[in-house]
Amino acid sequence: MPDAPLILHGRVCAVLGENIDTDIIYPGRYLNITDRAQTAEHLFELAYPSIRRDLQPGDFVVASKNFGCGSSREQAATALKFAGAGAVLAASFARIFYRNAINLGLPAVVSPQAFSHCAPGDELEIDLTGGSVHNVTHNIVFPAAPLDPRAVELLQAGGLIPYLKRKHAGVA
Amino acid sequence: MGMTLAEKILARASGRARVSPHEIVVANVDLAMSHENADLVRKSFAEIGVPRVWDPSKIVIIFDHRIPAESEKTATTHKAVREFVAAQGIAHFYDVGRGGICHQVLAERGHVKPGMVVVGTDSHTTTHGAFGAFATGIGATEMAGVWAEGTLWFKVPSTIRIEVDGEFHEWISAKDLILYIIGKLGVAGADYRAVEFDGSAIRRMTIASRMVLANLSMEMGAKAAFTPVPEIGPDPGAVYERVLHIDAGRDLAEPQIACPHSVDHVKPLSALGALPVHQCVLGSCTNGRLEDLEVAARVVAGRSVHPRTRLIVIPASQLVYRDAMRLGYLETLMAAGAIINPPGCGPCVGVHQGILAAGEVCVSSTNRNFIGRMGSKDSFVYLASPAVVAASAVAGELAHPQAICSPEVSHA
Ligand code: SF4
Repeated sequence: MPDAPLILHGRVCAVLGENIDTDIIYPGRYLNITDRAQTAEHLFELAYPSIRRDLQPGDFVVASKNFGCGSSREQAATALKFAGAGAVLAASFARIFYRNAINLGLPAVVSPQAFSHCAPGDELEIDLTGGSVHNVTHNIVFPAAPLDPRAVELLQAGGLIPYLKRKHAGVA
Repeated sequence: MGMTLAEKILARASGRARVSPHEIVVANVDLAMSHENADLVRKSFAEIGVPRVWDPSKIVIIFDHRIPAESEKTATTHKAVREFVAAQGIAHFYDVGRGGICHQVLAERGHVKPGMVVVGTDSHTTTHGAFGAFATGIGATEMAGVWAEGTLWFKVPSTIRIEVDGEFHEWISAKDLILYIIGKLGVAGADYRAVEFDGSAIRRMTIASRMVLANLSMEMGAKAAFTPVPEIGPDPGAVYERVLHIDAGRDLAEPQIACPHSVDHVKPLSALGALPVHQCVLGSCTNGRLEDLEVAARVVAGRSVHPRTRLIVIPASQLVYRDAMRLGYLETLMAAGAIINPPGCGPCVGVHQGILAAGEVCVSSTNRNFIGRMGSKDSFVYLASPAVVAASAVAGELAHPQAICSPEVSHA
Protein backbone atom coordinates (compact mmCIF):
# COMPACT_ATOMS: atom_id res chain seq x y z
CA MET A 1 0.00 0.00 0.00
CA PRO A 2 1.35 3.47 -0.87
CA ASP A 3 1.98 5.80 2.03
CA ALA A 4 -0.94 8.05 2.99
CA PRO A 5 -0.53 11.62 1.64
CA LEU A 6 0.77 14.45 3.81
CA ILE A 7 -1.04 17.19 1.91
CA LEU A 8 -4.80 16.93 2.17
CA HIS A 9 -7.44 18.59 0.00
CA GLY A 10 -11.04 18.66 1.06
CA ARG A 11 -14.14 20.52 2.10
CA VAL A 12 -15.21 21.67 5.55
CA CYS A 13 -18.31 19.77 6.47
CA ALA A 14 -18.99 21.13 9.96
CA VAL A 15 -17.63 23.74 12.36
CA LEU A 16 -18.22 22.86 16.00
CA GLY A 17 -17.55 24.64 19.31
CA GLU A 18 -15.53 23.82 22.44
CA ASN A 19 -15.43 20.61 24.50
CA ILE A 20 -17.08 18.34 21.94
CA ASP A 21 -17.10 15.22 24.13
CA THR A 22 -16.92 11.61 23.08
CA ASP A 23 -20.56 10.99 24.05
CA ILE A 24 -21.55 13.65 21.50
CA ILE A 25 -19.26 12.17 18.85
CA TYR A 26 -20.32 8.60 19.54
CA PRO A 27 -23.06 7.76 22.10
CA GLY A 28 -22.25 5.21 24.81
CA ARG A 29 -25.25 3.07 23.91
CA TYR A 30 -23.50 1.89 20.73
CA LEU A 31 -20.24 0.87 22.38
CA ASN A 32 -21.03 -2.80 21.93
CA ILE A 33 -20.63 -2.38 18.17
CA THR A 34 -17.18 -3.73 17.45
CA ASP A 35 -17.46 -3.78 13.66
CA ARG A 36 -15.53 -0.62 12.78
CA ALA A 37 -17.40 0.25 9.58
CA GLN A 38 -20.76 0.05 11.41
CA THR A 39 -19.75 2.66 13.97
CA ALA A 40 -19.98 5.36 11.27
CA GLU A 41 -23.78 5.11 11.30
CA HIS A 42 -23.95 6.63 14.79
CA LEU A 43 -21.51 9.50 14.35
CA PHE A 44 -22.81 12.61 16.20
CA GLU A 45 -26.17 10.86 16.34
CA LEU A 46 -27.70 12.55 19.40
CA ALA A 47 -26.56 16.13 19.05
CA TYR A 48 -25.70 16.73 15.35
CA PRO A 49 -27.28 14.00 13.22
CA SER A 50 -27.04 16.15 10.07
CA ILE A 51 -23.23 15.86 10.02
CA ARG A 52 -23.50 12.17 9.30
CA ARG A 53 -25.75 12.89 6.31
CA ASP A 54 -23.64 15.76 4.95
CA LEU A 55 -20.19 14.25 5.40
CA GLN A 56 -18.58 13.32 2.06
CA PRO A 57 -15.40 11.23 1.81
CA GLY A 58 -12.37 13.42 2.53
CA ASP A 59 -14.37 16.17 4.29
CA PHE A 60 -12.90 17.96 7.30
CA VAL A 61 -14.51 18.48 10.69
CA VAL A 62 -13.42 21.72 12.39
CA ALA A 63 -13.78 22.52 16.09
CA SER A 64 -12.60 24.82 18.83
CA LYS A 65 -10.83 23.73 22.06
CA ASN A 66 -10.63 20.30 23.72
CA PHE A 67 -12.17 18.19 20.95
CA GLY A 68 -12.81 14.59 22.02
CA CYS A 69 -12.80 15.07 25.78
CA GLY A 70 -14.33 12.39 27.98
CA SER A 71 -14.19 8.68 27.41
CA SER A 72 -11.31 6.64 25.98
CA ARG A 73 -13.75 5.10 23.51
CA GLU A 74 -11.90 4.61 20.29
CA GLN A 75 -15.21 4.50 18.43
CA ALA A 76 -15.28 8.30 18.51
CA ALA A 77 -12.27 8.35 16.18
CA THR A 78 -13.28 5.15 14.36
CA ALA A 79 -16.73 6.52 13.49
CA LEU A 80 -15.21 9.71 12.07
CA LYS A 81 -12.73 7.74 10.02
CA PHE A 82 -15.21 5.23 8.66
CA ALA A 83 -17.74 7.97 7.93
CA GLY A 84 -15.02 9.24 5.59
CA ALA A 85 -13.62 12.25 7.45
CA GLY A 86 -10.27 13.27 5.95
CA ALA A 87 -9.07 15.05 9.09
CA VAL A 88 -10.22 16.83 12.21
CA LEU A 89 -8.88 20.34 12.82
CA ALA A 90 -9.29 21.74 16.31
CA ALA A 91 -7.80 24.43 18.52
CA SER A 92 -6.79 21.57 20.84
CA PHE A 93 -7.60 17.90 21.41
CA ALA A 94 -8.18 15.84 24.53
CA ARG A 95 -5.19 13.55 24.78
CA ILE A 96 -6.79 10.10 24.46
CA PHE A 97 -8.81 11.16 21.41
CA TYR A 98 -5.68 12.58 19.80
CA ARG A 99 -3.76 9.34 20.27
CA ASN A 100 -6.71 7.27 19.09
CA ALA A 101 -7.09 9.34 15.93
CA ILE A 102 -3.43 9.07 14.95
CA ASN A 103 -3.38 5.37 15.83
CA LEU A 104 -6.32 4.83 13.50
CA GLY A 105 -4.74 6.84 10.70
CA LEU A 106 -7.10 9.82 11.04
CA PRO A 107 -5.13 13.09 10.90
CA ALA A 108 -5.82 15.27 13.94
CA VAL A 109 -4.52 18.77 13.26
CA VAL A 110 -3.99 21.33 16.01
CA SER A 111 -4.84 24.77 14.66
CA PRO A 112 -6.09 27.47 17.02
CA GLN A 113 -7.26 29.62 14.10
CA ALA A 114 -9.19 26.97 12.18
CA PHE A 115 -12.38 27.64 14.13
CA SER A 116 -12.52 31.33 13.14
CA HIS A 117 -11.14 30.89 9.61
CA CYS A 118 -13.39 28.10 8.36
CA ALA A 119 -17.06 27.87 7.43
CA PRO A 120 -19.00 24.85 6.21
CA GLY A 121 -18.41 24.38 2.51
CA ASP A 122 -14.96 26.01 2.43
CA GLU A 123 -12.26 24.21 0.45
CA LEU A 124 -9.02 23.63 2.41
CA GLU A 125 -5.53 22.44 1.65
CA ILE A 126 -3.74 21.15 4.75
CA ASP A 127 0.02 20.63 4.87
CA LEU A 128 0.42 18.16 7.73
CA THR A 129 4.18 18.44 8.10
CA GLY A 130 4.64 22.01 6.84
CA GLY A 131 2.23 23.26 9.46
CA SER A 132 -0.12 25.40 7.40
CA VAL A 133 -3.69 25.42 6.22
CA HIS A 134 -4.81 27.22 3.05
CA ASN A 135 -8.47 28.16 2.96
CA VAL A 136 -8.80 28.12 -0.82
CA THR A 137 -12.34 29.52 -0.81
CA HIS A 138 -11.34 32.70 1.02
CA ASN A 139 -7.68 32.62 -0.02
CA ILE A 140 -6.26 32.87 3.49
CA VAL A 141 -3.41 30.88 4.96
CA PHE A 142 -3.21 30.18 8.68
CA PRO A 143 -0.83 28.06 10.81
CA ALA A 144 -1.26 24.58 12.21
CA ALA A 145 1.10 22.65 14.49
CA PRO A 146 3.27 20.43 12.26
CA LEU A 147 2.73 16.77 13.12
CA ASP A 148 5.60 15.22 15.03
CA PRO A 149 7.66 12.58 13.21
CA ARG A 150 6.16 9.73 15.22
CA ALA A 151 2.63 10.75 14.23
CA VAL A 152 3.70 11.16 10.60
CA GLU A 153 5.15 7.66 10.56
CA LEU A 154 1.91 6.20 11.94
CA LEU A 155 -0.33 8.20 9.59
CA GLN A 156 1.73 7.28 6.54
CA ALA A 157 1.49 3.62 7.43
CA GLY A 158 -2.29 3.96 7.74
CA GLY A 159 -2.32 3.72 11.54
CA LEU A 160 -0.72 1.78 14.36
CA ILE A 161 -1.95 -1.66 13.32
CA PRO A 162 -0.60 -1.59 9.74
CA TYR A 163 2.57 -0.02 11.17
CA LEU A 164 3.09 -2.85 13.66
CA LYS A 165 2.08 -5.41 11.08
CA ARG A 166 4.84 -4.20 8.78
CA LYS A 167 7.31 -4.07 11.63
CA HIS A 168 6.61 -7.60 12.84
CA ALA A 169 6.46 -9.03 9.34
CA GLY A 170 9.92 -7.55 8.80
CA VAL A 171 11.25 -9.25 11.92
CA ALA A 172 9.76 -12.67 11.12
CA MET B 1 16.67 19.42 40.51
CA GLY B 2 14.16 16.87 41.78
CA MET B 3 11.52 15.04 39.80
CA THR B 4 7.76 14.93 40.28
CA LEU B 5 6.18 11.55 40.89
CA ALA B 6 5.08 11.23 37.25
CA GLU B 7 8.63 12.03 36.07
CA LYS B 8 10.15 9.57 38.53
CA ILE B 9 7.93 6.70 37.49
CA LEU B 10 8.35 7.34 33.76
CA ALA B 11 12.13 7.64 34.17
CA ARG B 12 12.31 4.27 35.88
CA ALA B 13 9.97 2.62 33.39
CA SER B 14 11.98 3.90 30.43
CA GLY B 15 15.37 3.08 31.92
CA ARG B 16 16.58 6.66 32.29
CA ALA B 17 18.20 8.46 35.17
CA ARG B 18 15.89 11.42 34.71
CA VAL B 19 13.25 12.80 32.40
CA SER B 20 11.74 16.26 31.95
CA PRO B 21 8.30 17.45 30.86
CA HIS B 22 7.48 17.16 27.12
CA GLU B 23 10.24 14.61 26.46
CA ILE B 24 9.02 11.49 24.71
CA VAL B 25 9.88 8.21 26.38
CA VAL B 26 9.10 4.58 25.63
CA ALA B 27 8.05 2.96 28.89
CA ASN B 28 7.63 -0.66 29.90
CA VAL B 29 4.05 -1.33 30.92
CA ASP B 30 3.57 -3.15 34.25
CA LEU B 31 -0.18 -3.75 34.03
CA ALA B 32 -2.66 -3.59 31.13
CA MET B 33 -6.37 -3.58 31.96
CA SER B 34 -9.38 -3.84 29.67
CA HIS B 35 -13.11 -4.33 30.14
CA GLU B 36 -15.54 -5.53 27.48
CA ASN B 37 -13.67 -3.49 24.91
CA ALA B 38 -11.06 -6.25 25.11
CA ASP B 39 -13.07 -7.48 22.11
CA LEU B 40 -11.90 -4.49 20.07
CA VAL B 41 -8.36 -4.96 21.36
CA ARG B 42 -8.48 -8.64 20.47
CA LYS B 43 -9.50 -7.84 16.88
CA SER B 44 -6.73 -5.28 16.40
CA PHE B 45 -4.24 -7.61 18.06
CA ALA B 46 -5.15 -10.38 15.59
CA GLU B 47 -4.47 -7.98 12.69
CA ILE B 48 -0.94 -7.25 13.90
CA GLY B 49 -0.10 -10.89 13.39
CA VAL B 50 1.84 -11.55 16.59
CA PRO B 51 0.61 -14.94 17.84
CA ARG B 52 0.97 -14.48 21.63
CA VAL B 53 0.48 -11.53 23.98
CA TRP B 54 3.72 -10.20 25.45
CA ASP B 55 2.99 -11.29 29.01
CA PRO B 56 -0.32 -12.92 29.98
CA SER B 57 0.42 -12.37 33.68
CA LYS B 58 0.32 -8.59 33.23
CA ILE B 59 -3.05 -8.40 31.47
CA VAL B 60 -6.26 -8.07 33.50
CA ILE B 61 -9.70 -8.28 31.89
CA ILE B 62 -12.81 -7.36 33.87
CA PHE B 63 -16.37 -7.30 32.50
CA ASP B 64 -18.37 -4.38 33.85
CA HIS B 65 -20.08 -2.17 31.28
CA ARG B 66 -22.92 -4.52 30.37
CA ILE B 67 -23.19 -7.27 32.95
CA PRO B 68 -24.95 -9.62 32.86
CA ALA B 69 -25.16 -9.32 29.06
CA GLU B 70 -28.21 -7.22 28.16
CA SER B 71 -28.34 -8.23 24.48
CA GLU B 72 -27.28 -10.96 22.12
CA LYS B 73 -24.67 -8.60 20.67
CA THR B 74 -23.00 -8.13 24.05
CA ALA B 75 -23.29 -11.83 24.85
CA THR B 76 -21.41 -12.57 21.62
CA THR B 77 -18.71 -10.08 22.56
CA HIS B 78 -18.36 -11.58 26.04
CA LYS B 79 -18.09 -15.05 24.55
CA ALA B 80 -15.34 -14.02 22.13
CA VAL B 81 -13.33 -12.43 24.95
CA ARG B 82 -13.68 -15.52 27.16
CA GLU B 83 -12.33 -17.66 24.34
CA PHE B 84 -9.42 -15.29 23.82
CA VAL B 85 -8.62 -15.28 27.55
CA ALA B 86 -8.50 -19.08 27.56
CA ALA B 87 -6.46 -19.33 24.36
CA GLN B 88 -3.84 -16.81 25.54
CA GLY B 89 -3.71 -18.02 29.14
CA ILE B 90 -4.50 -14.55 30.51
CA ALA B 91 -4.05 -14.94 34.22
CA HIS B 92 -6.51 -12.43 35.61
CA PHE B 93 -10.02 -12.48 34.24
CA TYR B 94 -13.08 -11.36 36.22
CA ASP B 95 -16.23 -12.64 34.61
CA VAL B 96 -19.87 -11.86 35.50
CA GLY B 97 -20.41 -12.45 39.23
CA ARG B 98 -16.70 -12.47 40.04
CA GLY B 99 -15.68 -8.85 39.91
CA GLY B 100 -17.52 -5.61 39.32
CA ILE B 101 -16.41 -2.24 37.97
CA CYS B 102 -12.94 -2.60 36.48
CA HIS B 103 -11.28 0.16 38.53
CA GLN B 104 -12.70 -1.09 41.81
CA VAL B 105 -11.71 -4.69 41.09
CA LEU B 106 -8.21 -3.82 39.91
CA ALA B 107 -7.70 -1.93 43.17
CA GLU B 108 -9.38 -4.22 45.68
CA ARG B 109 -7.75 -7.38 44.30
CA GLY B 110 -4.32 -5.83 44.80
CA HIS B 111 -3.20 -5.67 41.18
CA VAL B 112 -1.85 -2.12 41.46
CA LYS B 113 1.42 -1.35 43.25
CA PRO B 114 3.17 1.97 43.90
CA GLY B 115 5.49 3.05 41.09
CA MET B 116 3.86 0.91 38.41
CA VAL B 117 2.96 2.07 34.90
CA VAL B 118 -0.67 1.00 34.43
CA VAL B 119 -2.62 1.46 31.20
CA GLY B 120 -6.29 0.71 30.75
CA THR B 121 -8.73 0.95 27.87
CA ASP B 122 -10.87 3.17 30.03
CA SER B 123 -10.37 6.86 30.66
CA HIS B 124 -10.86 6.60 34.43
CA THR B 125 -7.75 4.45 34.74
CA THR B 126 -6.32 7.56 36.45
CA THR B 127 -8.07 6.16 39.58
CA HIS B 128 -5.02 4.00 40.31
CA GLY B 129 -2.87 7.00 41.09
CA ALA B 130 -4.43 6.66 44.54
CA PHE B 131 -1.99 3.75 44.92
CA GLY B 132 1.03 5.67 43.65
CA ALA B 133 0.91 4.25 40.11
CA PHE B 134 1.26 6.22 36.89
CA ALA B 135 -2.07 5.07 35.50
CA THR B 136 -3.71 6.36 32.35
CA GLY B 137 -6.36 5.57 29.76
CA ILE B 138 -5.60 4.55 26.19
CA GLY B 139 -7.65 3.41 23.18
CA ALA B 140 -8.22 -0.16 22.06
CA THR B 141 -5.85 -0.04 19.09
CA GLU B 142 -3.06 1.31 21.24
CA MET B 143 -3.74 -1.46 23.75
CA ALA B 144 -3.34 -4.03 20.96
CA GLY B 145 0.16 -2.60 20.51
CA VAL B 146 0.80 -2.98 24.26
CA TRP B 147 -0.41 -6.58 24.16
CA ALA B 148 2.04 -7.19 21.30
CA GLU B 149 5.08 -5.35 22.65
CA GLY B 150 4.59 -4.50 26.34
CA THR B 151 5.74 -0.92 25.78
CA LEU B 152 4.13 2.41 25.02
CA TRP B 153 5.39 5.90 24.23
CA PHE B 154 4.48 8.76 26.52
CA LYS B 155 5.09 12.44 26.45
CA VAL B 156 6.29 13.22 29.98
CA PRO B 157 3.60 15.47 31.48
CA SER B 158 4.21 18.59 33.50
CA THR B 159 2.60 18.42 36.94
CA ILE B 160 0.05 20.52 38.80
CA ARG B 161 0.30 20.17 42.57
CA ILE B 162 -2.82 20.63 44.67
CA GLU B 163 -2.38 20.98 48.43
CA VAL B 164 -5.46 20.67 50.57
CA ASP B 165 -5.44 21.52 54.26
CA GLY B 166 -8.09 22.34 56.83
CA GLU B 167 -11.06 20.40 58.13
CA PHE B 168 -14.02 19.31 56.03
CA HIS B 169 -17.45 20.36 57.27
CA GLU B 170 -19.96 17.67 58.10
CA TRP B 171 -21.45 16.07 54.94
CA ILE B 172 -18.65 17.42 52.72
CA SER B 173 -16.55 14.76 51.02
CA ALA B 174 -13.84 14.07 48.46
CA LYS B 175 -16.47 14.34 45.71
CA ASP B 176 -17.27 17.92 46.69
CA LEU B 177 -13.57 18.75 46.78
CA ILE B 178 -12.79 17.40 43.33
CA LEU B 179 -15.91 18.96 41.77
CA TYR B 180 -14.84 22.27 43.30
CA ILE B 181 -11.36 21.88 41.76
CA ILE B 182 -12.74 20.94 38.33
CA GLY B 183 -15.05 23.96 38.54
CA LYS B 184 -11.99 26.16 39.12
CA LEU B 185 -9.63 24.58 36.55
CA GLY B 186 -12.17 23.67 33.86
CA VAL B 187 -12.64 20.48 31.85
CA ALA B 188 -9.36 21.00 30.02
CA GLY B 189 -7.53 22.56 32.99
CA ALA B 190 -5.23 19.58 33.49
CA ASP B 191 -5.13 18.39 29.87
CA TYR B 192 -1.93 16.42 29.12
CA ARG B 193 -0.75 17.04 32.69
CA ALA B 194 -0.27 15.03 35.85
CA VAL B 195 -1.84 16.12 39.12
CA GLU B 196 -0.32 15.52 42.56
CA PHE B 197 -2.64 15.88 45.53
CA ASP B 198 -1.21 16.32 48.99
CA GLY B 199 -1.81 18.19 52.24
CA SER B 200 -3.12 17.32 55.67
CA ALA B 201 -6.74 17.00 54.52
CA ILE B 202 -5.75 14.50 51.81
CA ARG B 203 -3.55 12.52 54.19
CA ARG B 204 -6.49 12.07 56.56
CA MET B 205 -8.69 10.66 53.77
CA THR B 206 -9.53 6.99 53.33
CA ILE B 207 -8.12 5.22 50.27
CA ALA B 208 -11.65 5.06 48.86
CA SER B 209 -11.91 8.86 49.04
CA ARG B 210 -8.49 9.33 47.47
CA MET B 211 -9.66 7.13 44.60
CA VAL B 212 -12.49 9.64 44.02
CA LEU B 213 -9.91 12.42 43.51
CA ALA B 214 -7.74 10.42 41.13
CA ASN B 215 -10.78 9.10 39.27
CA LEU B 216 -12.38 12.49 38.63
CA SER B 217 -9.08 14.19 37.76
CA MET B 218 -9.71 12.65 34.35
CA GLU B 219 -12.64 15.06 33.97
CA MET B 220 -10.23 17.99 33.89
CA GLY B 221 -8.17 16.13 31.32
CA ALA B 222 -5.44 14.75 33.60
CA LYS B 223 -3.17 12.10 32.13
CA ALA B 224 -2.40 10.77 35.61
CA ALA B 225 -3.22 11.84 39.17
CA PHE B 226 -1.59 10.88 42.45
CA THR B 227 -2.42 10.91 46.13
CA PRO B 228 0.41 10.27 48.60
CA VAL B 229 1.67 6.76 49.39
CA PRO B 230 4.48 5.83 51.78
CA GLU B 231 6.48 3.85 49.19
CA ILE B 232 7.20 6.52 46.58
CA GLY B 233 6.80 10.26 46.29
CA PRO B 234 8.07 13.31 44.43
CA ASP B 235 11.64 14.46 45.11
CA PRO B 236 12.20 17.49 47.28
CA GLY B 237 12.68 20.38 44.87
CA ALA B 238 10.51 18.86 42.16
CA VAL B 239 9.36 21.49 39.67
CA TYR B 240 5.64 22.08 39.23
CA GLU B 241 3.79 23.93 36.52
CA ARG B 242 1.61 25.44 39.20
CA VAL B 243 0.69 24.87 42.83
CA LEU B 244 -2.83 25.35 44.18
CA HIS B 245 -3.72 25.69 47.85
CA ILE B 246 -7.16 24.82 49.09
CA ASP B 247 -8.55 25.11 52.58
CA ALA B 248 -11.27 22.49 52.93
CA GLY B 249 -13.09 24.36 55.69
CA ARG B 250 -12.98 27.79 54.09
CA ASP B 251 -13.43 26.91 50.40
CA LEU B 252 -15.98 24.15 50.75
CA ALA B 253 -18.73 25.54 52.94
CA GLU B 254 -21.39 23.45 51.22
CA PRO B 255 -21.90 20.55 48.80
CA GLN B 256 -20.76 21.12 45.21
CA ILE B 257 -22.95 20.17 42.26
CA ALA B 258 -21.84 19.76 38.60
CA CYS B 259 -24.79 20.95 36.52
CA PRO B 260 -25.72 19.79 33.00
CA HIS B 261 -24.03 19.27 30.64
CA SER B 262 -20.45 19.76 31.71
CA VAL B 263 -18.44 18.51 34.68
CA ASP B 264 -16.91 21.98 35.21
CA HIS B 265 -20.30 23.65 35.42
CA VAL B 266 -20.03 23.51 39.21
CA LYS B 267 -22.14 25.45 41.70
CA PRO B 268 -22.58 25.30 45.45
CA LEU B 269 -25.86 23.60 46.30
CA SER B 270 -27.51 26.74 47.66
CA ALA B 271 -27.00 28.53 44.32
CA LEU B 272 -29.44 26.13 42.69
CA GLY B 273 -33.13 26.72 43.22
CA ALA B 274 -35.78 24.06 43.83
CA LEU B 275 -35.07 21.20 41.43
CA PRO B 276 -37.52 18.27 41.33
CA VAL B 277 -35.65 15.00 40.81
CA HIS B 278 -36.91 11.86 39.08
CA GLN B 279 -33.96 9.52 39.51
CA CYS B 280 -31.09 9.27 41.96
CA VAL B 281 -28.10 7.06 41.15
CA LEU B 282 -25.59 5.91 43.74
CA GLY B 283 -22.75 3.95 42.20
CA SER B 284 -19.91 3.94 39.61
CA CYS B 285 -16.13 3.78 39.78
CA THR B 286 -16.30 7.23 41.38
CA ASN B 287 -18.69 6.66 44.28
CA GLY B 288 -19.98 3.10 44.57
CA ARG B 289 -17.73 1.95 47.40
CA LEU B 290 -18.57 0.85 50.92
CA GLU B 291 -18.16 4.30 52.50
CA ASP B 292 -20.50 5.75 49.87
CA LEU B 293 -23.20 3.18 50.59
CA GLU B 294 -22.68 3.72 54.31
CA VAL B 295 -23.28 7.47 54.18
CA ALA B 296 -26.31 6.98 51.93
CA ALA B 297 -27.75 4.40 54.32
CA ARG B 298 -27.21 6.82 57.19
CA VAL B 299 -29.14 9.55 55.34
CA VAL B 300 -32.11 7.40 54.30
CA ALA B 301 -32.36 5.32 57.52
CA GLY B 302 -35.93 5.39 58.81
CA ARG B 303 -37.03 7.55 55.86
CA SER B 304 -38.53 6.84 52.45
CA VAL B 305 -37.55 7.66 48.92
CA HIS B 306 -39.91 10.41 47.70
CA PRO B 307 -42.81 9.12 45.54
CA ARG B 308 -41.64 11.25 42.59
CA THR B 309 -38.16 9.72 42.72
CA ARG B 310 -36.46 6.36 42.28
CA LEU B 311 -33.16 5.53 43.97
CA ILE B 312 -30.87 3.14 42.11
CA VAL B 313 -27.95 1.78 44.10
CA ILE B 314 -25.11 -0.09 42.37
CA PRO B 315 -22.37 -1.47 44.62
CA ALA B 316 -19.08 -1.09 42.75
CA SER B 317 -18.09 -4.75 43.10
CA GLN B 318 -19.14 -8.15 44.39
CA LEU B 319 -17.01 -7.55 47.49
CA VAL B 320 -18.59 -4.15 48.14
CA TYR B 321 -22.03 -5.73 47.66
CA ARG B 322 -21.35 -8.49 50.17
CA ASP B 323 -19.86 -6.13 52.74
CA ALA B 324 -22.78 -3.74 52.36
CA MET B 325 -25.17 -6.64 52.79
CA ARG B 326 -23.39 -7.97 55.86
CA LEU B 327 -23.25 -4.52 57.46
CA GLY B 328 -26.95 -3.90 56.83
CA TYR B 329 -26.56 -0.95 54.46
CA LEU B 330 -28.48 -2.65 51.68
CA GLU B 331 -31.26 -3.58 54.08
CA THR B 332 -31.58 0.06 55.15
CA LEU B 333 -31.47 1.36 51.57
CA MET B 334 -34.07 -1.18 50.41
CA ALA B 335 -36.35 -0.45 53.35
CA ALA B 336 -36.35 3.16 52.16
CA GLY B 337 -37.37 2.07 48.67
CA ALA B 338 -34.06 1.80 46.83
CA ILE B 339 -33.50 -0.78 44.11
CA ILE B 340 -30.12 -2.55 44.24
CA ASN B 341 -28.58 -3.27 40.82
CA PRO B 342 -25.90 -5.90 40.31
CA PRO B 343 -22.30 -4.65 40.61
CA GLY B 344 -21.13 -3.01 37.38
CA CYS B 345 -21.34 0.28 35.52
CA GLY B 346 -25.15 0.26 35.51
CA PRO B 347 -26.71 3.40 34.02
CA CYS B 348 -23.49 5.48 34.26
CA VAL B 349 -22.74 5.14 30.55
CA GLY B 350 -26.39 5.04 29.47
CA VAL B 351 -26.63 1.51 28.18
CA HIS B 352 -28.92 -0.25 30.64
CA GLN B 353 -30.40 -0.48 34.13
CA GLY B 354 -31.70 3.03 34.72
CA ILE B 355 -31.95 5.02 31.49
CA LEU B 356 -33.51 8.49 31.60
CA ALA B 357 -36.49 9.67 29.52
CA ALA B 358 -36.71 13.10 27.89
CA GLY B 359 -37.26 15.83 30.45
CA GLU B 360 -36.12 13.74 33.40
CA VAL B 361 -33.69 15.01 36.02
CA CYS B 362 -31.17 12.75 37.75
CA VAL B 363 -28.89 13.45 40.70
CA SER B 364 -26.00 11.04 40.43
CA SER B 365 -22.81 10.10 42.24
CA THR B 366 -21.20 9.17 38.89
CA ASN B 367 -18.65 11.23 36.96
CA ARG B 368 -20.13 12.52 33.69
CA ASN B 369 -23.16 14.64 32.88
CA PHE B 370 -22.67 15.02 29.13
CA ILE B 371 -25.67 15.37 26.82
CA GLY B 372 -27.36 11.97 26.57
CA ARG B 373 -24.85 10.27 28.86
CA MET B 374 -27.55 8.47 30.87
CA GLY B 375 -30.24 8.19 28.22
CA SER B 376 -32.32 10.80 26.39
CA LYS B 377 -30.43 13.76 24.95
CA ASP B 378 -33.13 15.84 26.62
CA SER B 379 -32.48 14.51 30.13
CA PHE B 380 -30.42 16.30 32.80
CA VAL B 381 -27.74 14.82 35.04
CA TYR B 382 -26.46 16.66 38.13
CA LEU B 383 -23.31 15.18 39.67
CA ALA B 384 -23.08 15.19 43.45
CA SER B 385 -21.72 13.38 46.49
CA PRO B 386 -23.33 10.17 47.77
CA ALA B 387 -24.80 12.06 50.74
CA VAL B 388 -26.49 14.59 48.45
CA VAL B 389 -27.78 11.80 46.18
CA ALA B 390 -29.36 10.05 49.17
CA ALA B 391 -30.80 13.29 50.58
CA SER B 392 -32.25 14.22 47.19
CA ALA B 393 -33.87 10.78 46.90
CA VAL B 394 -35.68 11.37 50.19
CA ALA B 395 -36.63 14.98 49.42
CA GLY B 396 -37.65 14.34 45.81
CA GLU B 397 -35.61 17.40 44.93
CA LEU B 398 -31.98 18.41 45.12
CA ALA B 399 -31.31 18.57 48.87
CA HIS B 400 -28.58 19.11 51.45
CA PRO B 401 -28.18 16.06 53.72
CA GLN B 402 -28.32 18.40 56.68
CA ALA B 403 -31.86 19.41 55.76
CA ILE B 404 -32.91 15.75 55.75
CA CYS B 405 -30.99 14.65 58.82
CA SER B 406 -31.44 17.63 61.16
CA PRO B 407 -33.44 16.65 64.29
CA GLU B 408 -36.30 19.09 63.56
CA VAL B 409 -36.95 17.46 60.19
CA SER B 410 -36.70 13.86 61.31
CA HIS B 411 -39.07 14.36 64.24
CA ALA B 412 -41.51 16.59 62.38
S1 SF4 C 1 -18.72 3.26 36.21
FE1 SF4 C 1 -19.05 4.69 34.53
S2 SF4 C 1 -17.21 5.91 34.39
FE2 SF4 C 1 -16.73 4.12 35.67
S3 SF4 C 1 -15.87 2.61 34.25
FE3 SF4 C 1 -18.06 2.23 34.36
S4 SF4 C 1 -18.98 3.42 32.68
FE4 SF4 C 1 -16.89 4.19 33.01
